[in-house]
Amino acid sequence: MSLTILAIDDSRTIREMLRESLFNAGFDVHVAVDGIDGIEKLPEVSPDIIITDINMPRMDGFGVIETVRKRSDFGALPILVLTTESAPDLKERARKSGATGWIVKPFDDAKLISAIKRVCAR
Amino acid sequence: MTSSSDIRQTFFQECDELLEALNDGLDEIAKTPDGGGVDTETINAVFRAVHSIKGGAGAFSLKSLVEFAHRFETTLDEMRSDRLAPTADVMKVCLRSADHLATLVACARDSVEDTSGAGLELHDKLAALSATPGQAPVASEPFRATALPVDGVPDLGFQPLALLFEDLAPEPVAATYHIQFTPTRQLFANGNDPVNLIRGLAELGEIDVQVDTSALPDLELMDWAESYFSWTVTLRSAEPLQAVQDVFEFVDGCCNLVIDVQLPVPPPIPTEEGPIPDLVASAMTPRAKTPVAPTEKTAGQSKGTVRVDLELVDRLINIVGELVINQAVLAQRVQNAGLSRLSDVGAGLDEFRSLAREIQEYVMAIRAQPIKPLFQRMARISREASDMAGKSVVLEVVGESTEIDKTVIERLVDPLTHMIRNAVDHGVESVEARKAAGKPEVGCIRLTAAHRSGRVLIEVADDGAGINRPRVREIAVNKGLVPAEAVLTDAEIDQLLFAPGFSTASEVTGLSGRGVGMDVVRSAIQGLGGRVSVSSTPGQGTTMAISLPLTLAVLDDMVVDVAGQTMVIPITAIVETLQPRPGDIHRVASLGEVVAVRDVFVPIIDLAETFGLRARSGDYRNMVLLVVESGDDNRWALAVDSVRDMRQVVIKGLEGNYGHVPGVAAATILGDGKIALIIDPEEAALHARQQPALPAEPLAEEN
Amino acid sequence: MSATAERIESDLRELVSFRVAGQDFCVDIMSVREIRGWTPATLLPHAPPHILGVINLRGSVVPIVDLAVRLGLPAMEPNSRHVIVICVVGNQTVGFLVDAVSDIIGVRKSAIQSTPDVTSEKTRAFIEGVIAIEDRMLRLIDIEFAFPANGRQEQP
Repeated sequence: MSLTILAIDDSRTIREMLRESLFNAGFDVHVAVDGIDGIEKLPEVSPDIIITDINMPRMDGFGVIETVRKRSDFGALPILVLTTESAPDLKERARKSGATGWIVKPFDDAKLISAIKRVCAR
Repeated sequence: MTSSSDIRQTFFQECDELLEALNDGLDEIAKTPDGGGVDTETINAVFRAVHSIKGGAGAFSLKSLVEFAHRFETTLDEMRSDRLAPTADVMKVCLRSADHLATLVACARDSVEDTSGAGLELHDKLAALSATPGQAPVASEPFRATALPVDGVPDLGFQPLALLFEDLAPEPVAATYHIQFTPTRQLFANGNDPVNLIRGLAELGEIDVQVDTSALPDLELMDWAESYFSWTVTLRSAEPLQAVQDVFEFVDGCCNLVIDVQLPVPPPIPTEEGPIPDLVASAMTPRAKTPVAPTEKTAGQSKGTVRVDLELVDRLINIVGELVINQAVLAQRVQNAGLSRLSDVGAGLDEFRSLAREIQEYVMAIRAQPIKPLFQRMARISREASDMAGKSVVLEVVGESTEIDKTVIERLVDPLTHMIRNAVDHGVESVEARKAAGKPEVGCIRLTAAHRSGRVLIEVADDGAGINRPRVREIAVNKGLVPAEAVLTDAEIDQLLFAPGFSTASEVTGLSGRGVGMDVVRSAIQGLGGRVSVSSTPGQGTTMAISLPLTLAVLDDMVVDVAGQTMVIPITAIVETLQPRPGDIHRVASLGEVVAVRDVFVPIIDLAETFGLRARSGDYRNMVLLVVESGDDNRWALAVDSVRDMRQVVIKGLEGNYGHVPGVAAATILGDGKIALIIDPEEAALHARQQPALPAEPLAEEN
Repeated sequence: MSATAERIESDLRELVSFRVAGQDFCVDIMSVREIRGWTPATLLPHAPPHILGVINLRGSVVPIVDLAVRLGLPAMEPNSRHVIVICVVGNQTVGFLVDAVSDIIGVRKSAIQSTPDVTSEKTRAFIEGVIAIEDRMLRLIDIEFAFPANGRQEQP
């Protein structure tokens, strides 16, 4: 069974990279352009995992995590944040907001897929 | 990856958008005195633009772009966190950094090294701005965890051990790891699952798992969100400790984890990971994030767009052009066959024509783009130029939403760059001279764009000293462009600026540069079917105006006969047509032959004579006069033998295979397949009248 | 292909030969795009005398050079029997009016001799070399010179 992924990033470049990498890895990929868009698409996409950027207009990645975690339907979804920095405090903050894990940009296919596999049950 | 070049292209497209947003935001911040009352979302957007460029650049390993974006971002972050006030000086550095970022993007796109040399200096300036005393600059996220009991960075601590294992390679020795793992409720709340972690360990080697369920309370006391289990895993693996730790990377701080490692050769090194995190601390989530209502700025999106290869659009435009020609051919054949326009076929053809025209309009609309990016680029040019010239200049931009054909925008870059540089370099005076003249120290250049009666008008107006006409005249005489004794009007002297050979390297400073004169600007604009004019008031400034046809491809034209040649004249230029009565024509000493049009004498230009097709007849009785008007309200009456038709024509460039012909804007192909020249009425008139002063010249090679 | 054959191959130049005002000329076949019959050209104002005007070549505007005038020979009175050799010079397309196209010939590079002094000054400027074939002398035209970039020549 292929996993359905909701990827949220305000950068078109990153969205396309995610879409391509994940599609090639056999995942079902949906994208959203910012936090609000992501939350709105949640019911319709019904993903197995969310990958979200942190810095976005309208609603940032932390906002996405906190909003998702409050929901009864999707509250337990694995959420990976995309971060440019590998700064420990950023990871810490993500974890405290409820992120399941993170992917440090720039990512390659292997990094991306291994991170997804680490947080997704088959 | 097959389409990574596509993504790369997307990245650079996005960079253009982000740079535009960056410039918009910075301009807005810079407008507010010392940043008081600047919308936080504006600063955030500026930060995000740089951040996104950095993110994408990282994906393509564009190192110098990443580095500079990172430096810039750090400074913007200080501003975002209110640690750095957006003073005028700060904004100056930021604007220049945005310029440099654009340069780096362009370099990355063309895969060339940045040779501008601005990077280091700006890097230092940015660093100086963000070096808040007592606090090291934070890369991107201002948040700092303070209540965190875990100290140190575990990854680093074990680095040497991992290296040690690598040293033992190529035959890795299996070690035994004893892992004790007790999740906290946070681990589950974050969407982690111990099963995944254990599976991750299983991928490293052979595991033996034991679950301790002793903490499980009675069912009625159980909190479903709480964590009650703990695991003990024995792992035999040749993988280094780092790999084992990596499995728990995401849950560091959400569990109690102890990893004992037993190595066969070196004695086991017991390790201990972070203790149970302070639940109070983790409950104190940093500032609550709630969905924010979309602001006007960010909400205006998603009307649904499709990205289309520009080449496809160009091909479409060409085909539609052919369609229009084809319609003209058909119409002509129908007419030749003796069918009336009122017949069924004629009516059908009319419908065909209006459909073709409609398609054409929509296709052209695809190519239309706001002139804004070009203007932003000019803002950059003016900053660079004023920095270099040591002048203080602001560029005011009006009408940046004016839409123009994309190709036209691209081809305006060079001429407009030159005009802006000229305005900074030669237009605006030095600070001292401005003070002496009682003007504000900061010079102003206004760059405006507007649609006006079917044309696009772009103006570069400076508030400088105006054209130094005696000096211009002197140069022109010295260069042999005009005879020393010539009597020239102010307008004629101004025109000399466009004369080929007027400007040479010796007159131009390093700024306006490279010995390229206004003649090249004029040629480039003429190549677009446009015109350049200049006006100047001593002490008050100089205005250069470019007038362009709306599109490059189609034109409504009047088809005329001139000495047996078919020529076309853009209808937009024609004010009226008239057949002169003998009494209408007069001879006026200063103007030559004129025709009285409602009490105004309009000079007659005999096109056949102008184009060297026959000698002046002087008898206009059987000819038609087309009264044309220039951008600056000059009128001429162009004499032609007869008017044949009005039609839409498709513009074909003449310059690609030949070069510029004075008085000719371009060519077109008529219904019979023959080429007809499209006349530039104003240029033809000026050429006819000023032939000795302004000899026709080729498009000089620009270096 | 053997090394020898290859060497000979690269030593060969293919030329299109034609007649202009009773004399034989040729151009490198690599620069020739097509050959078509004469159609009346649209006059270009202020053009030098060797520019006959422009014609429509499948939607492109192509200038036509009267090669005879360009080479300093008597001007031709173009009619439907004349031929236009469409060439690419740099990135421009140009047509050359000639009397008739004679042949396509292959010659060794070594067979191309330098231009003898007997030719007129004007002609020599555009001639890359001469080739003797049977009893004829073909002049190899350097079309870059005959039609400089941007279609601009010195005014007459």
